[in-house]
Amino acid sequence: MPKDGGIGSSTKRREDVRFLSGTGRYTDDINLHGQLYAHFVRSDVAHGKINGINADAAMAMPGVVRVFTAKDFEGVGGVPCGWQITSIDGSPMQEPKHPVLAEGKVRHVGDPIAVVVAESLGQARDAADALEIDIEMLPAVMDMKEAIKDGAPKVHDDLSSNLCYDWGFVEDNKDAVAKAIADADHVTTLELVNNRLVANPMEPRVAVGDYDMANDEHTLYTTSQNPHVIRLLMGAFVLGIPEHKLRVVAPDVGGGFGAKIFHYAEEAFCTFAAKQLRRPVKWTSSRSEAFMSDAHGRDHVTKIELAMDKDNNFTAIRTETYANMGAYLSTFAPSVPTWLHGTLMAGNYKTPLIYVNVKAVFTNTVPVDAYRGAGRPEATFQLERVIDKAARERGVSPIELRRQNFITEFPYATPVAVEYDTGDYHATMDRVLEMADHAGFEARAEQSKKNGKLRGFGIAHYIEACGIAPSNLVGQLGARAGLYESATVRVNATGSISVMTGSHSHGQGHETSFAQVVSEMIGIDATQVDIVHGDTSKTPMGMGTYGSRSIAVGGSAMVRATEKIIAKAKKIAAHLMEASEGDIELKDGQFTVAGTDKSVAWGDVTLAAYVPHNYPLEDIEPGLEETAFYDPANFTYPSGGYACEVEVDPDTGKVDVLSFSAADDFGNVINPMIVEGQVHGGVAQGFGQAMMENCAYDADGQLISASYMDYAMPRATDLPMFKVDHSCQTPCTHNPLGVKGCGEAGAIGSPPAFVNAVIDALHRGGHKVEHINMPLTPDRVWTAIQNS
Amino acid sequence: MNSIKLRVNGKEVTGQVEGRTLLVDFLRKDLRLTGTHVGCDTTQCGACVVHVNGEPVKACAMLAAEADGAEVATIEGQANADGSLSVVQQAFQDHHGLQCGFCTPGMVMAATALLKENPKPSEAEIREYLDGNICRCTGYHNIVKSIMAASGQDVPAMAAE
Ligand code: FES
Ligand code: FES
Repeated sequence: MPKDGGIGSSTKRREDVRFLSGTGRYTDDINLHGQLYAHFVRSDVAHGKINGINADAAMAMPGVVRVFTAKDFEGVGGVPCGWQITSIDGSPMQEPKHPVLAEGKVRHVGDPIAVVVAESLGQARDAADALEIDIEMLPAVMDMKEAIKDGAPKVHDDLSSNLCYDWGFVEDNKDAVAKAIADADHVTTLELVNNRLVANPMEPRVAVGDYDMANDEHTLYTTSQNPHVIRLLMGAFVLGIPEHKLRVVAPDVGGGFGAKIFHYAEEAFCTFAAKQLRRPVKWTSSRSEAFMSDAHGRDHVTKIELAMDKDNNFTAIRTETYANMGAYLSTFAPSVPTWLHGTLMAGNYKTPLIYVNVKAVFTNTVPVDAYRGAGRPEATFQLERVIDKAARERGVSPIELRRQNFITEFPYATPVAVEYDTGDYHATMDRVLEMADHAGFEARAEQSKKNGKLRGFGIAHYIEACGIAPSNLVGQLGARAGLYESATVRVNATGSISVMTGSHSHGQGHETSFAQVVSEMIGIDATQVDIVHGDTSKTPMGMGTYGSRSIAVGGSAMVRATEKIIAKAKKIAAHLMEASEGDIELKDGQFTVAGTDKSVAWGDVTLAAYVPHNYPLEDIEPGLEETAFYDPANFTYPSGGYACEVEVDPDTGKVDVLSFSAADDFGNVINPMIVEGQVHGGVAQGFGQAMMENCAYDADGQLISASYMDYAMPRATDLPMFKVDHSCQTPCTHNPLGVKGCGEAGAIGSPPAFVNAVIDALHRGGHKVEHINMPLTPDRVWTAIQNS
Repeated sequence: MNSIKLRVNGKEVTGQVEGRTLLVDFLRKDLRLTGTHVGCDTTQCGACVVHVNGEPVKACAMLAAEADGAEVATIEGQANADGSLSVVQQAFQDHHGLQCGFCTPGMVMAATALLKENPKPSEAEIREYLDGNICRCTGYHNIVKSIMAASGQDVPAMAAE
C-alpha cells in the first residue's frame, strides 16, 4: 500500500477546498480598478464583404469609450499558426492571414468585426446595437469536397484555392499499399464522418488586459491551458511586445479540453486596447459567443480500406480524409489531421503497409483545432469501426479478429513513423471482457429480446501517442515550437518546497499529484510541497498542458529538477556529517551515512544551504534551487480495451447505454483516484460525440447549434456508472516515472465502442446496418433501421 | 435603479440595481461573491445555482430586484461555523466529485437542496435531480457517488467498480 500523499495513493485533492468553498479564482473573478468592458460585434453571416462600418451613433451612446475596427489594427500582426504542413508536391500549406478583427471580409458566423469598449457591459452591448455595418453577402463555402473544385467561391481571395494542404503519409508506401489492396483476398471499405464538436469547458473564455504605463508592462489574465505559449505567440507575432514586458496569467481555469490551448484574437485585443485606453479591458465570453468563437473539434470526412489475406491477417490500410480547417488556421490546426492522426493509423495492429492522405480545406465555419484526443480519436474511430465491419464480412468474431492482428512484441516500429515502447494488448482485452462480463452477454441479449429490445456488445481497442513531444522530431514535422517541459524546484530554508511548473492544471489536480511525486522522492510530507503554475512571471518557460503530457513531460522535468536538488543536498549532508558524498543515503527525509548511525534531517540540510556557516563553500554555492527542462525521447503510448453494452428500442431508435467498461494501460499511476476521474470524463465526452453532440451548420453557413438548447451536452441522466481499471501496467521505458498519460484515453477509445455496440445490436435484430454517422440519435438509428 | 435589501449567507446586504441586473451578477459583481458561476446564457447549465428562501434557484434566471427581501444562500456560506467543509462539500472532496471546479458550486447547492428534500435518494433520483446541472469534466460518476456518500449511503455497493 502506498502511503497517503505518496506515489500511487489516491490522495485527496488539496485544490478542492478552494473550489468547494467558492474561493477559487477564475479569470472572470478578477476585476481591476477602473476596468472597461469589451463587447465583440460578430458577423451573423458566414461569408460577406464589409462595405462599411459607421460607428458615429454608437460612439455617442452613454458610457462608450471607443469603438475598435480593423483600421485600428493596421501594423499589428495576425493571429499566428504554430504548425506548418508540407503538401505531397513539396509546397508549404496555404496560410491565410488571421486578423484580430475582420479586414474587408467576414469569413464565418462569429468572425469579430468591431469591438465596443464602454464603462459597463450593458452600455457596450447597447451601443453595439447602434453600430451600422454594411455587409454584402457572398456565397458560403460549406461542403469540403465542393470547396476544392475548380471555380468554387474562395474563403480567402488571395489564396489559390480553398485547399490548405494535400498531405500523403508515408508517401513512399503509396504504391505498395495500392498493390497490397489490389492483391488482397478481401478488402473492407467504410466511409464515415467524424462529427464536428464543440469542446465546451464549463467556464467560458475570459481575457482581461492591463497596462502599467510607469514600467511599460502588459499583463493579460486569460483562461489558458498554456500561458507561456500565449505570451510567446501574442508577444512575438501579434503585438510585438518583448517577453520581459508581457506577463500572462492563467489562474484557476474551468476546464480546457483543447479549446483553451490556442491563442485567440480576444486575448490580443484586450492586451492591445488596455494600452491604447490606459485602462484595464475585460472581455467575458457568453456561452452563445463561445459556440461561434472557441475553436471547434474533429469534422473529418473519411474513407478507409482494410485489406486482409485469406487468413484474415491485415495486409494494408489506406485512408483518405477531408479535414475541415474552418475559415482561418487556429494555432495547432494543421497538425491535428496529419501528425496526430496519420501516425496513429496502425492502432494496436501489425499491419505492414499503411498510407494516409489528408486534404485540409478552408470553409466558412469557425476554425477547427485540437479537442480532447485531437486526431487520435479520428484515427481510432475509423480503424475500430472498419475492423468490426471486416469481422462481420468475414464471419469471425470482432474480438478474435483484433487479437489475431495485435502487436505482441515491443518495441514495435509501425509503418507510420512511430515506435511503440511497451504495451500488452491481450491483457487489456482480457481484462475488459472480464469486467464487462462478456461471457454472460448472450443470456442478457436473450432477455432483452424477450422485452422487445435489441442488445448489443461493442468492443474497441485503442492506442494513443501522448506526452508530446520530442522537440527535434516535431520540428522536422513542422512545429514552430519545442515541446519540452520545465520545472523549478525551490527549496526554502526550513525545508518546504515550491515547485514552479510550466504545465498548467485546469481540472487535472496537478497541485496534488505533482506534490505526491516530489515529496515521495525526498521523503517528506506532501503538505510541505506547493505546486505553482499558470503565471509566466513565476514559472519557467514551459509549453503547458494538452496531449496528456503533464505528468509524462512536466512530471519528468520535475523529477529531473528534484534529482539535482537531492544531489546537491547530499553534498551538503556529507559535509555536515564529515562523510564521503558517495556514502550518503536519503530516506524518509533523513540523510544517513551508509554503515553508520550518523544522520542529519532534511531540514538541517536545507537550513545549512541558506545559512551556510558550516558549509562546503569552496565546492558549492549556497541555496537550494534547481531548474530542469525535460525533452522527451519519444511519445508515450497508452492503450486499452473498452467495452460497451447497449439496448436499442427498435420502435423508436432510442439507445440506452447499460454498461461501459474501460481497461487502460497508463503505465505507472501517481494518483489512481485522479486517473479514474480522467477516464470517466473522457468516456463521457466520447459518449457525447457518439450519441448526442453535433455542431451543425446549414447550407448557408448559419450555426444551428449555438446554445445548450440546440447542442446536446451529456447530462447525468444520459450516463451510467462506469467500470474503470488501470491494473494492466506496462510502464513507459523512456521517462523517469514510467508514466504514459491518461487525459484523453476515454475520448479516444470510447466512440467506436458505443457505435460498435449499436451496430451489433441492430445486426442481432436482423437489421443489416453497416454504419450510422455519429451522433447516434434516436432519429438516425430509427431511420437506419427503416432503411435496412 | 432599484434599492434592494436582502440577506445573503445570513448577513444583511443592500444594493442599487438596474431593473435588468440578474441576481447572479449582483452576487458576483456587487457583493464580490464570485463562487457562484455563469456557464451559459440560456439557463441550461446550473453553474449559478443558489438557494433563495431555501429553494434551489438558477441565479441567472432571476432578477436581483426579485430577490429583494429574500434569504439567499451561496456556496460561500456552506461551510460549517468552524470553517470545516459541510457534509456535502466534504463528500465531493472525498469522492473526487469535481475536477476543474467550475460546475461545482452549482452542483453542491443542488445536491444540498436535494438531500433536504430527499435524504436518501437513489442513484436514479440523483441523476434526475441533476438534470439542470452540466458538468463537462467528471462524467457525473463521482458526483453521483459524492451525493450518495453525503446521504450516508453505501457508495462501494452502488458504484460499478
Ligand atoms: S449560468 Fe445559470 S444556468 Fe447556466
Ligand atoms: S468539474 Fe469541471 S465542469 Fe464539473
